[in-house]
Amino acid sequence: MPDVTKTPDVTKTDVLIVGAGPVGLFAVFELGLLDLKCHLVDILDRPGGQCAELYPEKPIYDIPGWPLITAQGLVGRLMEQIEPFQPQFTFNRMISALEKREDGSFRATTDEGEVFEAKAVVIAAGGGSFQPKRPPIPGIEAYEGKSVFYAVRRMEDFRGEDLLIVGGGDSALDWTLNLQPVARSVALVHRRAEFRASPDSVNKMFGLHEEEKLRFQIGQVTALAGESGVLRSATVKGPHGEVDIPCTRLLPFFGLTMKLGPIAQWGLNLHENLIPVDTEKFQSSEPGIFAIGDINTYPGKLKLILSGFHEAALMAQAAKHYISPAERIVFQYTTSSTSLQKKLGVA
Amino acid sequence: MTKLHIIAFDGTAYDIDAENGSTVMENAIRNSVPGIEAECGGACACATCHVYVDDAWTGVVGEPESMEEDMLDFAFDVRPNSRLSCQIKVRDELDGLIVRVPEHQG
Ligand SMILES: Cc1cc2nc3c(=O)[nH]c(=O)nc-3n(C[C@H](O)[C@H](O)[C@H](O)COP(=O)(O)OP(=O)(O)OC[C@H]3O[C@@H](n4cnc5c(N)ncnc54)[C@H](O)[C@@H]3O)c2cc1C
Ligand code: FES
Repeated sequence: MPDVTKTPDVTKTDVLIVGAGPVGLFAVFELGLLDLKCHLVDILDRPGGQCAELYPEKPIYDIPGWPLITAQGLVGRLMEQIEPFQPQFTFNRMISALEKREDGSFRATTDEGEVFEAKAVVIAAGGGSFQPKRPPIPGIEAYEGKSVFYAVRRMEDFRGEDLLIVGGGDSALDWTLNLQPVARSVALVHRRAEFRASPDSVNKMFGLHEEEKLRFQIGQVTALAGESGVLRSATVKGPHGEVDIPCTRLLPFFGLTMKLGPIAQWGLNLHENLIPVDTEKFQSSEPGIFAIGDINTYPGKLKLILSGFHEAALMAQAAKHYISPAERIVFQYTTSSTSLQKKLGVA
Repeated sequence: MTKLHIIAFDGTAYDIDAENGSTVMENAIRNSVPGIEAECGGACACATCHVYVDDAWTGVVGEPESMEEDMLDFAFDVRPNSRLSCQIKVRDELDGLIVRVPEHQG
């Protein structure tokens, strides 16, 4: 039950940006030049969207002015470029609800109940929010939220439980090591003896395995057993056949995939999970809610970072006009305008 | 042209003339083979282009490199003949190659 007596913390900002991918980040710059302050919310734990999560080390060749830059390098440069505008970030949070208020401003709520109030909203949600991959184990849905978890929010929830952790990356190994002292028993299942996780964690894990403080099993989970969401055991298929591992909690770590998520429930027109916009304002079907980057669609749309940057520049003009309709926007160059240079902290 | 036979999970065979240098994933997508998603467009960053290489072909196709092997951790029902199809480049020796699409890409 939500505690109704407690008024939630409200964060006020000029523009709320949903998604801190490259396009959301650059929007801070364009909005900043027009004196609009931004707050960005992303479900990931760091800025960069797809660039940071999917291909940080890979080279990009089509960013104007950069013959070659790594995806993470680009994110770093963008963070540097928007620094003068002091954007605020809230990570590890998904914007789950968005509503327009009578005065034309907006109220957004995160999955953890934080509230944001903004004069305009920019949806820069890319391919949607990054969400954990669900392994295709038959019937796993019935256990989710009761016995199967894709993230650890509170370690206490796992005290005294028999845990089965699946995966070979840092999340799987870190939680194996962190939860081992708390849980009643821990089994780690991975499909091979090599791990992507840091060698230090892997060594610690093998150490505990040798001391019989946890069990490491090579294989893949193929079936779950239990009743009404309460897990009893999991079947693991390994190189030497199948074994049943008793467990009350399952934590699968198979990386992230992009899902449109709650955006579908915000009452906006959608076309094949994308937000149709016009190419003057990049505005959605709801005035004051703009959509830029991979999440939008219009005739000729290309899902490129550079297209998103262009969209951010035009959108900023329209957002400014939405927020301050009476104010005349003077077109200026950053090269020569002292007023813009003051905002950038270089004049 | 090199002939590829990509067999969908329901058993439908897609017999494809592929250009050398292209990837098996690209040919699957171009021919709308169901079950090959290729979310990342071939960057070895998503594991949604997982296939099983026919046993007769595993030797010719070869083993995954370490980056691909790491990415296979994100695939499901991974077997010794599992490969990510975006990492298999079509070449003369692969003429007649048979690969099968798994039930799920996750
Ligand atoms: C392997 C690969 C290679 C690529 N190479 C190139 C290239 O060479 N050149 C190029 O131009 N493009 C390339 N792209 C495409 C490019 O990465 C995207 O166009 C770009 O990331 C889009 O940026 P974005 O800011 O719109 O969205 P994203 O980068 O997708 O970021 C959106 C963010 O929004 C968050 N989000 C979504 N919904 C919510 C919500 N409700 N609450 C909170 N957070 C939310 C997501 O978690 C995500 O972090 C490549 C993509 C991939 C996968
Ligand atoms: S297409 Fe993403 S890994 Fe092959």
